[in-house]
Amino acid sequence: MPATPGPPLPGGPAGRLPAPFHVPGTASFTDFVGSHDPSLLPGRRPLPPGGALAPGLDPPHATTIVALTYPGGVVMAGDRRATAGSMIAHREIEKVFPADTHSCVGIAGTAGIAVEMVRLFQVELEHFEKIEGAVLSLDGKANRLSTMVRGNLGLAMQGLAVVPLFAGYDLAGRRGRIFSYDVTGGRYEERGHHSVGSGSVFARGALKKLHRPTRGVDEAVATAVEALHDAADDDSATGGSDLVRGIHPVVAVVDAAGYRRVPDARVAEVVRGVLDARAAERQEEDRS
Amino acid sequence: MTQQFYVSPEQVMRDRADFARKGIARGRSVVVLCFDAGIALVADNPSRALHKVSEIYDRIAFAAVGKYNEFENLRVAGVRYADLRGYSYDRADVTARGLANAYAQTLGSVFTTESKPLEVEILVAEVGATSEDDEIYRLTYDGSVADERGAVVVGGAADALAGVLAEGWRPELRLADALALARRVLATDPADPSAGPRRDLPGSSLEVAVLERGLPRRSFRRIHGDLLERLLSEDDPTVDAPRAPDLLAPARAPGHPGLPDDTPSSPDEGPGA
Repeated sequence: MPATPGPPLPGGPAGRLPAPFHVPGTASFTDFVGSHDPSLLPGRRPLPPGGALAPGLDPPHATTIVALTYPGGVVMAGDRRATAGSMIAHREIEKVFPADTHSCVGIAGTAGIAVEMVRLFQVELEHFEKIEGAVLSLDGKANRLSTMVRGNLGLAMQGLAVVPLFAGYDLAGRRGRIFSYDVTGGRYEERGHHSVGSGSVFARGALKKLHRPTRGVDEAVATAVEALHDAADDDSATGGSDLVRGIHPVVAVVDAAGYRRVPDARVAEVVRGVLDARAAERQEEDRS
Repeated sequence: MTQQFYVSPEQVMRDRADFARKGIARGRSVVVLCFDAGIALVADNPSRALHKVSEIYDRIAFAAVGKYNEFENLRVAGVRYADLRGYSYDRADVTARGLANAYAQTLGSVFTTESKPLEVEILVAEVGATSEDDEIYRLTYDGSVADERGAVVVGGAADALAGVLAEGWRPELRLADALALARRVLATDPADPSAGPRRDLPGSSLEVAVLERGLPRRSFRRIHGDLLERLLSEDDPTVDAPRAPDLLAPARAPGHPGLPDDTPSSPDEGPGA
């Protein structure tokens, strides 16, 4: 096994920045790192020989993400559980991230690789913006993410798949849009709502019944929380709200003004509202 | 075999320095100065597309004079350096000092080893938590670095203008006063600095950007159009740029704008319109 290369400090002849730093033409951070130090990129490292992952090696998996549109933008929410086999690996992992000011990305799949991919994606978008002095179109961002997912295909075939969900506010079309991906980098625009991860089947059922695309952001946030709770109800790998520890889903809103995370206190209120309504329904059933 | 004339190393270096200095002095100046809420970068540059001041990283900005293609190449290298460093370590580990060192090595090595020095002069500014922590580095064509305090002017007849700038600058300047001072410096006739502004510099021929103090993430912001006119106007009461909400701040951090109002608006008359 070759030694791991050290951190990429500029250190060409006489300490000047090496040649790849001065190559004109590309505004892509990934392309630059690929020419300077490819080992820093996910998906460019040599794969270990042999087929599947070694037995007993169970890296944490992140699970359910939901996204849905409302007239002014889009809401994305993710639960907080990461699992390793049948164990809970982490109770408060975050799986919904801002990609840039007007888009967000949620991750399902192998957590370590997914988080690295999101970090690279964030730098990629900011890097383009700084070099070009212009923001990528929403389709352009979605295509960049597609390339990254495709770059991970080798690892995906060894069982380390990453499936992101991308959503953002289209400043040109002035509406919220959602893009889903498959492990081969296929990119599909979703209409209205979508969900990825192990609990997605149950979450999608809830979204189908509850999502009303003409209602406001408050209802969209509540619908996202409902869908996550339905997923947690039936999928062991999806976590519900932990009222004792005060751990609630991560909810993000992207509209014309940009990305913002819904404050935890506000999410806690919404969760309480959803749970109270369910408890009241239950009592009603018991009485009748 | 051709006969080579002997030229002393001193003469070679002197010729190169003269060559670079002449190229830099031909251009227009750039002023970088601290004000009470950050650092302002002001360039005499009527172009909207070819920038002389730009963003490098969260709290770091770049300003340059000289040959456009040469400093543009250095700017791109700086963005790559900063993004690579932030990606492989952490965003907090990207500093203006590190970037200034990388630039100094590059400029110095080009000056001594290549046939033509870079005809550029660069300022790297980093806004700190308090005005004492603000850093401005000036890098010249031969790779020498100067740690500047408060306010600095480069390019054109910078030596003659430095006096005007130093006279007018105080650490507690408001943004509008800082911009007015920068405009006065840029409009001064270098042949006679004591005579006051020689020409009229409208807002449209200035390129202005600020590094705002106290933002958790990207603090670089361009100021143009109506806001710039209002800041430059003596009759208008505007003295500060309204603070931009930091949308990527964590939910608990100050500056988080909270949830949008729950008013469904139809897409064709979206709130951004």
